[in-house]
Amino acid sequence: MSRSPAVSLLALLAAACGALPAPAPTPADLVSGTVNVFAAASLTEAFKKAGGDFEAKHGAARVQFNFAGSPTLVTQLTQGAQADVFASADQPNMQKALDAGLCENRPQVFASNRLEIVVGAGNPKHITGLADLARSGLLVVLAAPAVPAGRYAGEALQSAGVKVTPVSQETDVKAVVSKVALGEADAGIVYVTDVRSGGAKVAGVPIPDPQNVVAQYPVVELKSATSAGSAKAFIDFLLGAQGQKDLAAFGFGPP
Amino acid sequence: MRLRLERTPLGILALAAAGGLFFVLPLLGLLVRAPWPAAVSELTAPANLVSLQLSLLTSLSATALALVFGVPLAWVNARLDFPGRNLLRALVTLPMVLPPVVGGVALLLAFGRRGLLGPALAGLGIHLPFTTAGAVLAETFVAMPFLVVTVEAGLRSLDARFEDAARTLGAGRWYVLRRVTLPALLPSLLAGAVLCWARALGEFGATITFAGNFPGRTQTLPLAVYLELETSPDAAIMLSLALLLVSLLVLVGLRQRWLGAA
Repeated sequence: MSRSPAVSLLALLAAACGALPAPAPTPADLVSGTVNVFAAASLTEAFKKAGGDFEAKHGAARVQFNFAGSPTLVTQLTQGAQADVFASADQPNMQKALDAGLCENRPQVFASNRLEIVVGAGNPKHITGLADLARSGLLVVLAAPAVPAGRYAGEALQSAGVKVTPVSQETDVKAVVSKVALGEADAGIVYVTDVRSGGAKVAGVPIPDPQNVVAQYPVVELKSATSAGSAKAFIDFLLGAQGQKDLAAFGFGPP
Repeated sequence: MRLRLERTPLGILALAAAGGLFFVLPLLGLLVRAPWPAAVSELTAPANLVSLQLSLLTSLSATALALVFGVPLAWVNARLDFPGRNLLRALVTLPMVLPPVVGGVALLLAFGRRGLLGPALAGLGIHLPFTTAGAVLAETFVAMPFLVVTVEAGLRSLDARFEDAARTLGAGRWYVLRRVTLPALLPSLLAGAVLCWARALGEFGATITFAGNFPGRTQTLPLAVYLELETSPDAAIMLSLALLLVSLLVLVGLRQRWLGAA
């Protein structure tokens, strides 16, 4: 056996990631090549799982992710980055991609997300709802209004009639979680999915429906796609039973 | 000694030109893409002026702190022989290679509410994260090594015989330091301070991680640029140009005046 160590290592890694064993590609399976997916940061954990399952289903296909804040992804795409699929955390950023003429067809909503209050493990400050965030002496961090999560948080606070002065407006929703996880801030408003992936150092306090905001995640095939069939197959996979199951496992709601 | 142009090897000229272009092209990109008609209104928007003002305040404060603590540190590193000196020197330059975001996390673990010194600081009524003081601290952490390294090199290249001569003539330690060492060290001090200030002015990662981002308190110009990029890229480009212009003016000015343009 004359496989190079590097190849063996790659195979081992792939196996460890759950990508192998893949079923042998049947001649009927036309889905092959690498699908480049630009996806919003909040999708990171769920998409890694979905990507692995997609590769397991289509043995000849590989999925490569670029995770970042939705506005950053739009900037990269408009500046000529090559990608097959774009998944945004909100409609306005998808609209920017549409306006720039980057999309092959109409975007489809594939998942939804809701807001939750993130607090330290055990909820040491006994926060029960949005109204508590206005308490004096409480250190609250929010995502900046320019970021979808920050805009949604503003909407939720407005419908709850609560005025909060945050100590910081973070550049992305993950930074809000980490400030709370490190104990520097007492509370923040993030997505349900972020609380779940935040681990044991944080806990979530639900926000009731009338005050909550439903964030819709649209996905689209891009004009720059090099493997159109594979791009479409990945989107179909997300909308299908297995993709929806993967997303739900990380706290995402149905479209 | 200066070589004339025609005697410089062609290979060196070509590589130098490529290296120069590498710095000029991104700047050109900003200049070409800048929304000039809206330039004045973008730059004088109140929010942007607040960030500019905060940036100047924090970067100058960081430079002052770096001078107060960095010069003695450089002196100890250059002049004293003690066990662990090499380790200390490596530690001092660590922030230069550390990703600034990691530096920010490390600062939180040291000075944050749950950090090593957090409870003690809180007892004194001092809260650093999410404050302007925190932004200054983050900038100092990242920028001070540039001053220490420059001043240390300056001290090493200093001719110690002048100091020895002053001492044999009866000058005390402080007198030698003030009247002989520091004046001879001035060029390195200034070069180090300018490098330190420039690095502090552009600091992003450690500041946003340790001090957060709030307009007027911790949102320095680089942070404002990053957020503007998400909503209005035009404003971000103009702000970047403003930052570049301020830095360039100072660097060119100082270079001609003190750093020996001859």
